[in-house]
Amino acid sequence: MTATVPPVTPVDKPRRVKRGSVIGNTGLYVSIGVAALLFLVPFYLIARNALSTDPEITGENWKFFPTNPQWSNLTELFHDTTVDFGRSLLNSAVVAVLITVGTLLVCSLAGYGLARIPYKHANKIFYMVLGTLMVPPAVTFVPSFVLVSSLGWVDSYRGLVIPVLFSGFACFLFRQYFLGFPKELEEAARVDGLGYWGAYWRIVVPNSLNFFAAIATITFISGWNAFLWPLVIGQDPSAWTVQIALSSYMTNQTVNYHLIFMATAISILPLVFVFLFLQRWLVQGVAQTGIKG
Amino acid sequence: MSTTTTRGVAHPASAKASPARPRRGLRGSSTFNFWLFTSPFLIGLTVFVYVPIGWSLWLSFFEARFTVTPSKFVGFDNYWQMLQDSKFTGSLVTFTVFAVFIVPATWALSLGLALLVNRLRFMKAFFRSVFFLPTACSYVAAALIWKMSMFSGVRFGLMNTILGWFGVENIAWLANPDPPWYWLVIVTLRLWLQAGFYMILFLAALQNIPPELYEAAAIDGAKPGWQTFRYITLPQLRATSTAVILLLVIAAYQAFDEFFNLLAKTTWGRPPLVELYYTALGESQDYGEGSAGAVILTLLILIVTLAQGKFLGFGRGDDK
Repeated sequence: MTATVPPVTPVDKPRRVKRGSVIGNTGLYVSIGVAALLFLVPFYLIARNALSTDPEITGENWKFFPTNPQWSNLTELFHDTTVDFGRSLLNSAVVAVLITVGTLLVCSLAGYGLARIPYKHANKIFYMVLGTLMVPPAVTFVPSFVLVSSLGWVDSYRGLVIPVLFSGFACFLFRQYFLGFPKELEEAARVDGLGYWGAYWRIVVPNSLNFFAAIATITFISGWNAFLWPLVIGQDPSAWTVQIALSSYMTNQTVNYHLIFMATAISILPLVFVFLFLQRWLVQGVAQTGIKG
Repeated sequence: MSTTTTRGVAHPASAKASPARPRRGLRGSSTFNFWLFTSPFLIGLTVFVYVPIGWSLWLSFFEARFTVTPSKFVGFDNYWQMLQDSKFTGSLVTFTVFAVFIVPATWALSLGLALLVNRLRFMKAFFRSVFFLPTACSYVAAALIWKMSMFSGVRFGLMNTILGWFGVENIAWLANPDPPWYWLVIVTLRLWLQAGFYMILFLAALQNIPPELYEAAAIDGAKPGWQTFRYITLPQLRATSTAVILLLVIAAYQAFDEFFNLLAKTTWGRPPLVELYYTALGESQDYGEGSAGAVILTLLILIVTLAQGKFLGFGRGDDK
């Protein structure tokens, strides 16, 4: 920021972004580089510990890297009998995919109906949906559990998936999005003789894939990372998701550091891939959920 | 209102090529279509959101231990019980302490990162990804790293190792409420996990600031740096800031995952949701008090949200 050169003519100042001396730029990159390194430390710890042996992790001297990367930790993890980690991975994958598909289907339809189909009570119904956003979902876990257990859905995919699908927030986002969708496209479809249903599936959805992808990514991530609801519903280990399995390691009596960290690494990897490959949609989607002013 | 109306009506109506919307028969069919599109969601919303909320309200007025179909009406007793329960009220204090630390810290860090990233000319996408990447981690995974490796109370934890190089004794980060080092653990964990997410929101907002504003400020003699930040950037980010702070406060109130995992067997540092979890699903299975606690917490969140809206000015943000 030492770039405050004495007032040259204001005319050659407008490209502020390109301003900046070598010192200013170096300072910028150094500070952001340090911040980036700090943000990466936990990832480094996971990788280091996942590929070490227990004595290496708990040894006197800090080892920055495992001398002999223990890839066998991976097979050991899946043969471990105390926690069925493979099963919990499968549960998480199934649950997260079902939640994503279900939310997209149910909430996008409702969002479209609320945004585009004329009906005299549509506004009242929309306010009813908005009202649910006022009650934080985490606070209703007690009555939701009561309801789901009285339906007999504890320890089942139904219990893990269905109550989560009806997100007022996703419905709200879809409605906002469809309000901005170009009307001409739909009207053209109508002239060609399509009803609402046909126009929706053949015109609106194919032209909105970016937005669907953004919401899908966000939903998948929150489904995969969810903890409270799966903890409440998954009483039996066979219904545990990855997060519950990880959590159980922390309270276990015996601590196998290398296995725990291998499990953590595996639980994060799918999402890291999602993040790296779907960045564009994800960033755009997050920015859109940001209730822009 | 049969299913065939959609096609049957839409076609002849549009064939007339009336410039206004085809009106006649479509009214009926649009009502039908409205319900066709929205009813799956609305039915689910009613069953899985409205019914639980209503049930919770109802349960909160009954003595309901180990049962969800109680018979003994107790009025506001559950509420008084919860408000006199030092564990529950203590958890509300815990939340407040937590929010006081985490909300400004996350706001400042995510805004700072956004400002830095926004000024980059090279490797912008790379640094954005690095800061955003922690969002991929769950609170459980992060709690595991923090508890077992970073802030492990024993010698081989990263922090204790680093402190050891400077001759500092081992610190029991989580196992001891006095001094309350566990706050450092919890706050850094949440900062790491959520700063990147809010940074993206700020980045989007920064890119929406018209460059002419900065040019005008430069002509008016504003020095780049603090002055333009104070008089241009910050006011322009007002709407986003308000939204971010609101989201942060709500998220802080709902803290559960990392507290549950980091401080599972301790009696200190319990936020409201953890307390409710033990009240309702713990050994006593007291759904009545649990529900009353949930209602109190919801009301509190509503009050804070509304007060904040009034204080920070909801909707006043778009005075461009």
